[in-house]
Amino acid sequence: MNIITNPKKLRGFERYVKVDNVSRRSILKGLGLAGGFVLAAPVMSRPGFAAYKTGAGEMPHGTVVDPRVFVAIAPDGIVTIVAHRAEMGTGVRTSLPMIVAEELEADWTRVRIQQAHGDEVKFGNQDTDGSRSTRHYLIPMRQIGASARTMLEGAAAKRWGVPATEVKAVNHEVVHSASGRRIGFGDLAADAAKQSVPSVEGLRLKDPKDFRYLGKGQISMVDLRDITVGTARYGADVRLAGMKYAVIARPPVTGGKVASFDGAAAMKVSGVEKVLEVKGWPWPSKFQPLGGVAVIARNTGAAIKGRDALKIVWDDGANGKYESVAYRAELEEAARKPGLVVRKEGDVEAALKGADKVIVAEYYLPHIAHVAMEPPVAVADVKGDKAEIWGPVQSAGGTREDVAKTLGIPQENVTVNVTLLGGGFGRKSKCDFALEAALLSKELGAPVKVQWTREDDIRNGFLHTVSVERIEAGLDKGGKVTAWRHRSVAPSIASTFAAGALHQAPFELGMGLVDMPFEIANVQCENPEAAARTRIGWFRSVSNIPRAFAVQSMVAEIAHATKRDQKDMLLELIGSPRIVKLDSVKDLWNYGEPYDSYPIDTARLRKVVELVADKGGWGRSVPKGHGLGIAAHRSFVSYIATIVEVAVDDKGKLTVPRVDTAIDCGTYVNPERIQSQIEGAAIMGLSLAKHGAVTFKDGKVQQGNFDDCPLLRIDESPAVTNVYIAPAGPDTPPSGVGEPGVPPFAPALINAIFAATGKRIRALPIGKQLEA
Amino acid sequence: MITLKINGAQKNWDGDPDLPLLWFLRDEIGLTGTKYGCGQALCGACTVIVDKQAVRACITSVSDVVNRDVTTIEGLHPTGDHAVQKAWRQLNVPQCGFCQVGQIMQAAALLLENPKPNHDQIREAMAGNICRCGCYQRIENAVHLASTGV
Repeated sequence: MNIITNPKKLRGFERYVKVDNVSRRSILKGLGLAGGFVLAAPVMSRPGFAAYKTGAGEMPHGTVVDPRVFVAIAPDGIVTIVAHRAEMGTGVRTSLPMIVAEELEADWTRVRIQQAHGDEVKFGNQDTDGSRSTRHYLIPMRQIGASARTMLEGAAAKRWGVPATEVKAVNHEVVHSASGRRIGFGDLAADAAKQSVPSVEGLRLKDPKDFRYLGKGQISMVDLRDITVGTARYGADVRLAGMKYAVIARPPVTGGKVASFDGAAAMKVSGVEKVLEVKGWPWPSKFQPLGGVAVIARNTGAAIKGRDALKIVWDDGANGKYESVAYRAELEEAARKPGLVVRKEGDVEAALKGADKVIVAEYYLPHIAHVAMEPPVAVADVKGDKAEIWGPVQSAGGTREDVAKTLGIPQENVTVNVTLLGGGFGRKSKCDFALEAALLSKELGAPVKVQWTREDDIRNGFLHTVSVERIEAGLDKGGKVTAWRHRSVAPSIASTFAAGALHQAPFELGMGLVDMPFEIANVQCENPEAAARTRIGWFRSVSNIPRAFAVQSMVAEIAHATKRDQKDMLLELIGSPRIVKLDSVKDLWNYGEPYDSYPIDTARLRKVVELVADKGGWGRSVPKGHGLGIAAHRSFVSYIATIVEVAVDDKGKLTVPRVDTAIDCGTYVNPERIQSQIEGAAIMGLSLAKHGAVTFKDGKVQQGNFDDCPLLRIDESPAVTNVYIAPAGPDTPPSGVGEPGVPPFAPALINAIFAATGKRIRALPIGKQLEA
Repeated sequence: MITLKINGAQKNWDGDPDLPLLWFLRDEIGLTGTKYGCGQALCGACTVIVDKQAVRACITSVSDVVNRDVTTIEGLHPTGDHAVQKAWRQLNVPQCGFCQVGQIMQAAALLLENPKPNHDQIREAMAGNICRCGCYQRIENAVHLASTGV
């Protein structure tokens, strides 16, 4: 039994009341901008409407479509737009406000961005994960912009005494073309605020052919200049008067605790002010801190030096024997026996028995650490029953809830200020570091910054799971695949929330296992049990990484066995253009999206394969020692295909001369940032394929920094990465971008290595395997 | 008492002479542009320029830079318009941006030493700076652009 049956509730188990009414009080707190919209009209929540439905309303607190929450216009015409999601490099802090500006007819040079604090009642869901921001907010943001525009037009029409239908907002002004009159937004702001907020259903949205910003890609990130001059503010850059600097020695084994400690030597370190034990929660406990011993100092350097001088005896607890080599063997053993059937079409057993040829392969992917360049860090200032937090959190609303619960104070008393995130990749969806800061600030009665070192980040994180994927493919005499059995074994993220989770949750099964799109008569997917021995968490694209690696490697293995071209084999398996029916899957997660709006459409998967093959020159002749590989995968309801060219020299040195990727992410907002996300996904994909592994011995992570947990560097990076964005139909719903680029990379790379060398790699990372 | 010269200004320190320059800059004098990434000179996020050379501030103690000119991102150019900074903006290099200060300082130091680096020299000089978002293609192009005129 899975503990979590509804993945939408994963942020916590106990909450999730969908809020239908936004309280007047919370709205009236408003933006607090002088001269902004005066909030006079009655307030009500406005669920979005659109030609297509999304899962946005099912997220905690859904969406809020209200221009008075998101837009303020000052008398000087400066338009302030609230960014309510977290910026971690995807460009969301630019892209969502840009959607509002588009519909508002605002001139982008006169737009300013204000980052929302954590408040989901006011702003709607703020969980910046799951590649959801554009797909959930394209329509609500358009409606917010259109609503504000309508209010400005109404105010101008009233002032001129003409029907509203005769006026039109154009580039920061409202124009009455019949009389040639025009008024700037700034002059209209006060009157516009007196207009009632129009009904969402009656809003006129712009014709996409009139878009100035959406889909164009000419606008740079709003933080670009600050980043290049060093003023962009990340979590660690927050400084408060009287702030103490803390680092914490945490239990090296998940579930361990402090048995005893001696802080005398640490106290002698210059700058160290205090050593104290901090509270931990027994594992598993969602995002609660691990506890340990904190060193408080006047600067971070002193705190680290003090921590080095601590003497701690740990009680390792039940996971003290976790060992990666043995655990892999356990997973492999489980994968070789029947497991919980999670998808079943036809009779796979009989089809495998009757097959002319059966190809079997097992693929292994180790734990991977997120290793965002900014390690976890947070500042907290707790005074009495009030708490203020500053930090790089992906989930501002969730952080607020968890801080309130941990401190035992009302949510209304917690303010969460979201800084820029120096990378997130899912790690910063977990707010344990903010909770640590809150607890320490309460204890010390002073503002505290908790800084994680790189070693803390790698050793005490929420790792990507570890997995064995076993696929058996049965072929008939003609080489057609008639049977496909895929067993996927990996400890579940659910194990971080509650004890006893032995099976993958629907949201994990739905990432490349049960949603496998091939047209095969007999398909069975199974999920044998696996018990977690450390904290498992979301890592950019999550279970799609091992699944795409296995499935897309298998495609090339079948192509080789039947002497066919990889791309032709892939298209044959994808089969006819159709909407895939998955009647046997009990809980098809589908990334939280309704299947009607976001079905598995093999025509779109075929299209990206054909697009990348065409643009990327599939089948071109390459020099000796080079090879081409291809892979395609649907994830986060987007379709993506990648071709990698590798070169392997006679010593086994791997280089990547060229990468080509095609993505179909539906209607898109900011193609420049899509390109950068896909370029980056190639680097992350290559990094995890070449180097990425976190391993355990005696329950402890064996790596600690970039020397033994290397990330890809520029001198190993692809010489060229080309990105092609498939044109979308006018009503195609937007889909994910931040994560989908990662999964197809590793299999395309591995398939290319096979083409170049004849060596088939089934366990990542590649490490020294090519040198043998 | 140690006196340091940071971006042309004198700064005094009477604490631990072994304190890494990084934490002096960030925590003691509030120059937070320089970032912590690893603490072991493995990632380059903390790169500053000492005299004319790129140096990792995380393993350089304050006493090591007495009587030397330390330049941080805050002092790289008075209006933030160093050729490298301009090239970075022109090519929209950053994603999350956290490593970019270190990348920019490293690139600026490279151009001091070699004003026209080729492809391999750029890759070699920038290989100590990790970018987890994977902006390498744009970093390489931006260093090239900065060296040829923005």
